[in-house]
Amino acid sequence: MNDSLGLYACCRIAQRDLKLAMRRKSDAATPLLFFVIVATLFPLGIGTEADTLRTIAPGVLWVAALLATMLSLPKLFEDDYADGTLEQLALSSAPLSAFVVGKIAAHWLLTGLPVAVLAPLLALQFHLPSSSLLVLSATLMIGTPVLGLIGAIGASLTLGIRGGGILLALLVLPLYVPVLIFGTGAVDAAAAGLGATANLSLLGAMLVIGFFFAPWAITAALRIALE
Amino acid sequence: MLEVINLGCLRGERLLFQDINFRLEPGESLVVTGENGSGKTSLLRMLVGLTPLFSGSIQWKSRPIDQMVGEYRRELLYCGHPLALKDGLTAVENLHSIAALAGETVSLTAVHDALDQCGLNACAPMPVRALSQGQKRRVHLAKLLLLKRSLWVLDEPLTALDVNASRHIVQAIDQHLRSGGIAVLTTHHGLPLAFTPQTIRVGA
Amino acid sequence: MIDWFKYSSPKTFYPIAGKAIPWFAAIATVLAVAGMYVGFFMAPTDAQQGEGYRIIFLHVPVSWMSMFIYVIMAFWAAIGLIFNSRLSGMMASALAPTGAIFTFLSLWTGALWGKPMWGIWWVWDARLTSELILLFLYLGFMALQSAIDDVRRADKAGAVLALVGVVNIPVIYFSVQWWNTLHQGASVSLTRAPSMATIMLVGMLLMALAAWMYTAAISLMRVRCLILEREHHAAWIHELKEIKQ
Repeated sequence: MNDSLGLYACCRIAQRDLKLAMRRKSDAATPLLFFVIVATLFPLGIGTEADTLRTIAPGVLWVAALLATMLSLPKLFEDDYADGTLEQLALSSAPLSAFVVGKIAAHWLLTGLPVAVLAPLLALQFHLPSSSLLVLSATLMIGTPVLGLIGAIGASLTLGIRGGGILLALLVLPLYVPVLIFGTGAVDAAAAGLGATANLSLLGAMLVIGFFFAPWAITAALRIALE
Repeated sequence: MLEVINLGCLRGERLLFQDINFRLEPGESLVVTGENGSGKTSLLRMLVGLTPLFSGSIQWKSRPIDQMVGEYRRELLYCGHPLALKDGLTAVENLHSIAALAGETVSLTAVHDALDQCGLNACAPMPVRALSQGQKRRVHLAKLLLLKRSLWVLDEPLTALDVNASRHIVQAIDQHLRSGGIAVLTTHHGLPLAFTPQTIRVGA
Repeated sequence: MIDWFKYSSPKTFYPIAGKAIPWFAAIATVLAVAGMYVGFFMAPTDAQQGEGYRIIFLHVPVSWMSMFIYVIMAFWAAIGLIFNSRLSGMMASALAPTGAIFTFLSLWTGALWGKPMWGIWWVWDARLTSELILLFLYLGFMALQSAIDDVRRADKAGAVLALVGVVNIPVIYFSVQWWNTLHQGASVSLTRAPSMATIMLVGMLLMALAAWMYTAAISLMRVRCLILEREHHAAWIHELKEIKQ
């Protein structure tokens, strides 16, 4: 079977990961619960003044989404690494990058997409105007895959290292800064009537570039971990 | 067809072995022996291309393997120490998935046949986490029957297997060699193969 | 034609580095003295900022160097990955601490500048914020390398991270710039340094070169230590007079 592009391999691994996640639904739901809890902490910590909440809403929701994604990243490759499946993937005739993209896609469907859908609901608690809700969701729809791609670089570099979770955060958070800036910038721009297209296009550009270049770094790091 | 020239291995800062040479034609096998930690697993991992070579070269069909990676991987089957099974999937789902991810489409009948030959019919629909260590090992090795590859690289295949299961595996290896395959294995147990293998000892 | 591969062997490199270090150190000292003389005595007093602005002669050179070192570090990391050369990996690891120190100095001199000028310890200006993120990138690189026990894997993983970082730095800088124009009034900004008289530029260049020479000297010292640590099983190490004593 000729699958030199790896599309078939990509779909198969995504299917497998989703099937495994569905059999452990509580594990899959944890990052989402974390997202909700963190977002709820801010009004509790800062106060419920409507104007304040409205101002901090994009930032808070974006940071919460970012942290929730990061919480779920260590598991992206750890299980496969520990039980030996990862080295079998590395020995497959299909390109390893295809498997990587498939796994990140499955991870996004389980974490990023639900966050993007939940965020507008949480934003209602922050009194964000309804016109901004759609923009918020759109920025997260485009931004969370980028977070997943960049985060996977960190996950593959810290594979099997003790204390890997925190180290992953340290490596990946500086790289998340541009995504955070443009994500929140889009919502702020929309609220100010300036239109979010500029920011959204920049996020889109990051997604495209990340999609092409991150898998290279991730496969290199995975092979280094398997040596 | 498989030729290894002056292979050397550096692990951390220790030189595990150097100047390993051997040549295997179709139908031949090699057993690697040595103490624990002497580098047997490293040698096998270098053969399959997971661990980079410190020195020397490996050639498959007279071409260096790093020039024909895709082709080499299509003919290779590696069974390492970790079982490469997902606990959350059943034995059948695992084998089906392993084959698909390895690039081959196999029918469910073929999967059931392979499990049957390993005596695992009863275990087929059970999630792997419910199986015993020996049963898991047999599921892991069932892929040898499922995927048709010419080079088998097996790291201690008889671990955790009882006498019957061990005999089945040895027969499978014999059959593979008889049909022109090549096998490289490490083992602590004796391996009563039909045709005497070459042996190599690594480490001091 | 220089045989570069000969110099990529730690054994050949060690004595050469040893001879080069005192030279780099000496040049660094001379340039630093010259630069500070220009900066503190020759450059004129600024009309708006008085004498306090002179910290620019430390702040700007260390900022330049902090970014320059990251690029050099990424370069050596790439060489180490492509050619599988141990020495290049060691060079990258040796540069990181100095880069981190310069980044920290940049932040600290920025704060020292801001306090007397505007009465605040920290401004969220584009360059300082980018420097802060750069500091995290350096610390992440160092943390990753120290968390991995196997030296070869640590070198390679660090190399991948350094390359990812170097590609991201322009993106980060651009995004922080953009963010800054939105959120910050342009009145308080370290990037709006007093208009450059040529003499000031000369002073800063001298200090930058001094920093560069210092980096070379200290990194070579670190590389020699790394060589001793990593190659301790090799026969030639035991022949060195440092070890024999």
